[in-house]
Amino acid sequence: MPHASPQTADAWTPAQIQTVVDEHRSMPGAMLPTLHAIQDRFGHIPEAAVPIIAEALRHTRADVHGIISFYHHFRTQPPGHSVVQVCRAEACQARGSRQLENHVKAVLGVDYHHTTSDGEITLEPVYCLGNCACGPTIRVNDDIHGRMTAAKFDRLAEQLTATVVEVK
Amino acid sequence: MTIAVYVPCDTTALSLGANAVARRLDYAAAKRSLDVRIVRNGSRGMFWLEPLVEIETPQGRVAYGPVEPEDVDGLIEAGLFEGRQDHPLSLGLTEELPYLRNQQRLTFSRIGITDPVSLEDYTALRGFEGLQNALAGDAQAIIDNVKASGLRGRGGAAFPTAIKWQTVHDQPPGQKFIVCNADEGDSGTFADRLVMECDPYLLIEGMVIAGLAVGATQGYIYLRSEYPIAHAILDEAIARARTAGYLGENLLGSGKAFDLEVRLGAGAYICGEETSLLESLEGKRGLVRAKPPLPAIEGLFGRPTVVNNVLSLAAVPYILDHGGQAYADYGMGKSRGTLALQLAGNVERGGLVELAFGVTLRELMENFGGGTQSGRPLKAVQVGGPLGAYLPESQWDSPIDYEGFAAFGGVVGHGGVVMFDDSVDMGDQARFAMEFCSIESCGKCTPCRIGAVRGVEVIDRIRSGERAEENLVLLADLCETMVDGSLCAMGGMTPFPVQSVMKHFPDDLIPRQAEGGR
Repeated sequence: MPHASPQTADAWTPAQIQTVVDEHRSMPGAMLPTLHAIQDRFGHIPEAAVPIIAEALRHTRADVHGIISFYHHFRTQPPGHSVVQVCRAEACQARGSRQLENHVKAVLGVDYHHTTSDGEITLEPVYCLGNCACGPTIRVNDDIHGRMTAAKFDRLAEQLTATVVEVK
Repeated sequence: MTIAVYVPCDTTALSLGANAVARRLDYAAAKRSLDVRIVRNGSRGMFWLEPLVEIETPQGRVAYGPVEPEDVDGLIEAGLFEGRQDHPLSLGLTEELPYLRNQQRLTFSRIGITDPVSLEDYTALRGFEGLQNALAGDAQAIIDNVKASGLRGRGGAAFPTAIKWQTVHDQPPGQKFIVCNADEGDSGTFADRLVMECDPYLLIEGMVIAGLAVGATQGYIYLRSEYPIAHAILDEAIARARTAGYLGENLLGSGKAFDLEVRLGAGAYICGEETSLLESLEGKRGLVRAKPPLPAIEGLFGRPTVVNNVLSLAAVPYILDHGGQAYADYGMGKSRGTLALQLAGNVERGGLVELAFGVTLRELMENFGGGTQSGRPLKAVQVGGPLGAYLPESQWDSPIDYEGFAAFGGVVGHGGVVMFDDSVDMGDQARFAMEFCSIESCGKCTPCRIGAVRGVEVIDRIRSGERAEENLVLLADLCETMVDGSLCAMGGMTPFPVQSVMKHFPDDLIPRQAEGGR
């Protein structure tokens, strides 16, 4: 099925979720691998997944909800096209991340845990990416960028937005 | 003759454009019809030089760095492929760089030299020798060897590894587990990541040996989701190790079994605490468990479990290869062997420094680190992650060992050393310690869950000059309550950085305008 826009790329059906759950349900401690698989595939964990997971893994819905909400990584709303994480931890602070995070928020016009109004970029905090000698560090989807500066971030943000336009 | 060119593939090198450098080199070599083989090696751990490009020469590898993609053509013009040393980025023979030469790399002997997922590279440099020895002896002999090494848990708690193994070994036969704690959440640390990205078979070998020692046949690496590159490399290495018979039902034809898999965390700092990690592996919220029972007796799924940090397990192959005494010959007092120190934050030459216990912080930060990156005076150092105290200059001359640091309230922890120059506001740092705890507390015990939130509020009041003296007393009291009353190290140690700021940098906590009003 061709995807006209990334919103439909994140589309899911209960049957698809059931398939992902069934692929993982026999693992010992299947909950986190299941949640990761759903989020990797659909971009988030839709609310409708909760009863399916609960049924398959013999949990209550409240349990499943509690587990999803405990972990910062899991999200229940679709993110923007790109997820930008800014490291807020001490080693990056020592190299200017406090100023960088203010700049990033100002450029994107959103605070942490929010998505830009055009749906392009979701901004998240992160506490250490293990690049502590070359901060400030940010992660864009699965790519890590070190020695980040305000100017470098501006170029990066422009690229992120530009790429999406090409796709359309 | 094929020219071997090395371009690292670890997170730091990639974060600084190593892929683009490798592409440029490849393109340039093709354009010149040169027979060049680009090897994506691990990092040497000299991060200020990344991306560090190396060329194999008859004299050994020569290095160039830090190489930006734009530098590639100039480097080639200046004789990069012949190993000539005429370019400003030329660094000479890699092994002769003082930063590397002056280390004692036992655990990290291979990083940056090999292609991380090449079994041939690994075995060519004594890889799996320790496992061969372990398979040749019995389980107790393995544990005795580790005991002789004096190895203590490198995750931070410094508990003797052999005692933990012995406890699991002595449990009745049945399903037992080896769990590797790869939830390296401490800011300023990246040594676990370097093992996993640059020498993954080392960790695999250590886990197999641990399994043989205690009678466990299944292992899990609990890896933080913030390390996508480590994840990919580990998965590849595990698959290759299994194919080659280093994992599986019949280890190297011995009839013994051990297998392992990577499980991803999901962005919760608390899951680096071993009982919280086990809850998470079982598929639950990462709530800390009360101890006892110890995980060694009732761990994962209620079964006896060894939970070791990456670095503890990664130290084991050397110990089994060279003997426990060879490892114990390094170090001081009750801290035997080497420690992976990680220079981070505002440092000129950041990276991995593996040294025997006993070096002082000042030697480390000046001789290796070269001072601050900003060039401004160093003001404070946080050792041991976000739960470690901020150390003022008066404490930089104590030799680094577990007991010595504990004596003045310092924490060696996982060996992270985060340097701050004099532009830092230590009041901000104290507040952040409490804020971080309020975000990452698992919520199980009250001192941590509520204390951290109140801690932020009290510090805000102090800093805005609102009854600063009274609130400082309150903050001191709150810190004591958290230290004494918390279930685990998260709440129990969050006050350490705060107390260190109150003691050593009080002027940063109380704003100047408030001083007059006191």
